[in-house]
Amino acid sequence: MKDLSLHILDIVQNSIRARSSLIEIEIEEKPEQNRLVITISDNGSGMTPEQLKRAIDPFYTSRSTRKVGLGLPLLKQNAEMTGGSFRIESETGKGTTVEAVFGLNHIDRPVMGDLVGTLLILICSQEETNYVFKHQTPSGEFELDTRVIKQTLENVKITQPEVRSFLKEILQENLEQIQISE
Amino acid sequence: MNKIKSLADLKKLQAEVQSKIKLREKGDHPENLVQIKVSMATCGIASGAKETMNYLIEELEHQGIDALVTQTGCMGYCYAEPTIELTIPGQDPVVYGFVNKAKAQEIIDKHIKLNEMLDGIIPITYITIDNR
Repeated sequence: MKDLSLHILDIVQNSIRARSSLIEIEIEEKPEQNRLVITISDNGSGMTPEQLKRAIDPFYTSRSTRKVGLGLPLLKQNAEMTGGSFRIESETGKGTTVEAVFGLNHIDRPVMGDLVGTLLILICSQEETNYVFKHQTPSGEFELDTRVIKQTLENVKITQPEVRSFLKEILQENLEQIQISE
Repeated sequence: MNKIKSLADLKKLQAEVQSKIKLREKGDHPENLVQIKVSMATCGIASGAKETMNYLIEELEHQGIDALVTQTGCMGYCYAEPTIELTIPGQDPVVYGFVNKAKAQEIIDKHIKLNEMLDGIIPITYITIDNR
């Protein structure tokens, strides 16, 4: 993966496949600890202890279309390469939480990339899934809850192009405000 | 943060869009729309499916073509990512491989607008991901 936003997009696809109705994406940038933490948690079907053990095995996947499953292993490798850590917890019927810690200033840390594009794809293409996105940096905090947005939209669908451009603007503005130099 | 203000703006937008939707009722029937599914698993994402998808959404909107662009899982054509499944109303779905921005543009110009099939369709006895 070229950047962190692609990792996020990739891991959230697992949550979508687990039929989650709510997916939380949290990004915390902590320069004073030299850490960047990405946490993705869902309320999907979860994994059995056996599946969980094999989840970070690149040659394990729950798909039948191919024989490898690289999403989690790649994220783990990238996180650990920057002096960080990787953690995954899951329980059948309750959901899954993935946490990746990166060394914020480490030379091998991928850049954040096009986070707005990632969020738009997730938020505006799945009517039935809800997202809570939180981004924290020393300059501020941004939170977006699609349940609130859908409530305001009433019978207008979040997949409408007009809504998409509106959300794009909001995301861009707010993320710019709390951005710290990369 | 100006969160409250944004929500008020959103409400305004909601009213606008709603009145527009009433004018074009066919938007409620997805089977009358061009449907595109972008394969969005690890293999697709690593090959640039995100750029392809955002490009398709923005270009179709820009050209005023009513289409439904959604994401789907791995179709098993990892070697040919990014792949998209294109369904023109009333026709069988076709799968295109190696769809970068240029190919996406070509697909919009030729296949969607003129109904001419292009090179790069993944043949074999393809079954849609839903039936797998």
